Amino acid sequence: MPMKRVVITGMGALSPFGRGVDTLMNGLLQGESAVGILPELADIRGIRTRVAALVPGVDPGEIPRKYRRSMSAMSVFAALAAGDAITQAGLSGEQVRGGRLGVSIGSTIGSPRTTQAFFDDFRTDNSVERMKSGVFFHIMNHSCAANVSHMFGITGRTVAPAAACSTGALAVGYGAEMISMGKQEFMLCGGADEFHPLTAATFDIMNAASTRFNESPERTPRPFDRDRDGVVCAEGSGILLLESLDSALRRDAEILAEIVGFASTSDPDSIANPNAANIAHCMRQALLDAGIGAAGVDYVNAHATGTELGDIAESEAIHSVFGDQVPTSSLKGNIGHAMAASGALELAASVEMLRREILLPTHNLDHVDPLCASVLHVREVIRRRVDTVMKNNFALGGVNSSLILRRFRK
Amino acid sequence: MTNREIIERIDRSIAEEFEIDPEEMTPEKTLFQDLGMDSLDIVDLVILLETAFGFKIREEEGIRKIRTLGDIHAFVIQKKNELESIPR
Repeated sequence: MPMKRVVITGMGALSPFGRGVDTLMNGLLQGESAVGILPELADIRGIRTRVAALVPGVDPGEIPRKYRRSMSAMSVFAALAAGDAITQAGLSGEQVRGGRLGVSIGSTIGSPRTTQAFFDDFRTDNSVERMKSGVFFHIMNHSCAANVSHMFGITGRTVAPAAACSTGALAVGYGAEMISMGKQEFMLCGGADEFHPLTAATFDIMNAASTRFNESPERTPRPFDRDRDGVVCAEGSGILLLESLDSALRRDAEILAEIVGFASTSDPDSIANPNAANIAHCMRQALLDAGIGAAGVDYVNAHATGTELGDIAESEAIHSVFGDQVPTSSLKGNIGHAMAASGALELAASVEMLRREILLPTHNLDHVDPLCASVLHVREVIRRRVDTVMKNNFALGGVNSSLILRRFRK
Repeated sequence: MTNREIIERIDRSIAEEFEIDPEEMTPEKTLFQDLGMDSLDIVDLVILLETAFGFKIREEEGIRKIRTLGDIHAFVIQKKNELESIPR
């Protein structure tokens, strides 16, 4: 079976900083926080967190109604980000529609907002007489992927990997494998999610949502910090246009980075709690896939969400694989945890770190937790040319994922 | 409600729901070819009319014969007249 090299030639981002990878990078570089107070959470009995990071300034109206009617907010995010990725890559209409482009985009679940709206109405009189035709297309598990394919006329594969917080990274990894095996020439890959109180409540009831900074949202989440108190839920979409190196060279496309390694492993120890040994195993598998040793990685972009257990487990795992000399940071201190979108958004930012020759710090990391101190934390923007980056994401349900990016060289 | 008022309400509701330029809303326009609607839109059109006029029409044979905006006007006016002629 032919194994092809896979590169990234386009990226799109709808992040809590707004639209565009440059907008995301500007917010990260300025050390800003996209977390705000969400007053509606105060009206929900039992929920203690009041903060979230939502995507500002999206105009769904720029998508024609023919395509928009089957989209909830998460598909709108994905479609806009996908369009931006296609534009940056400079694909022609034939390249988009001719069957060589596929889609690998996932979300945690189908639209929770549409699901709630349907059941709110259904429960009033046990009737489906007012059920509109678009409901299913919002709540089906492959809503984002199918809507992106529909909107852009994509006729290759449409797949929708789903593994909560690992979704975006998995979607990229599986898309890269499809290209590597020669099944598709191009893949639009990533994840998307829309905020709903259900997501915040999921972490809150497990005592894993941030609740102590409800009056000072910019101070949370706090990955690796001694005062961290949990996840801040976010929303958005990150989409990357992957392409075989042969194709990119043939059409003289600008190559943003190469994907050289990917691994995903399952953690059967617990459906919810991370395990350092299993996380380390995933990272080592990714190194094997890339054919490099730990010394070949220059920077680790951590999953680190700001939970008590997760940050410790990931620190221990990174230390066990890389020791204490590989710079490590998490971007969730700025943008919160965008769930299925997080992996792809953070991957896009990691690509930009390679290109801009900088390393971004962990926002809100004021006092490193001694239990997270075994790795080398990036505490401020560092100007440094690095060549190889590991991107981690770990999910509820016990699904680990690690990707390895490399500065492109022939 | 006069026939003119019925027609105005139908046109306004359809233009809003399906984001059609009100200038395009003339009776001879076909729903599929001229106004760009499709089978999913017809599902929502039925709900729209049922909600706007308070009747149930999903099972009506007459719906299948609708081709133009004018057909909708005539169908709704006839349905309203039928309902209003039934002694309460």
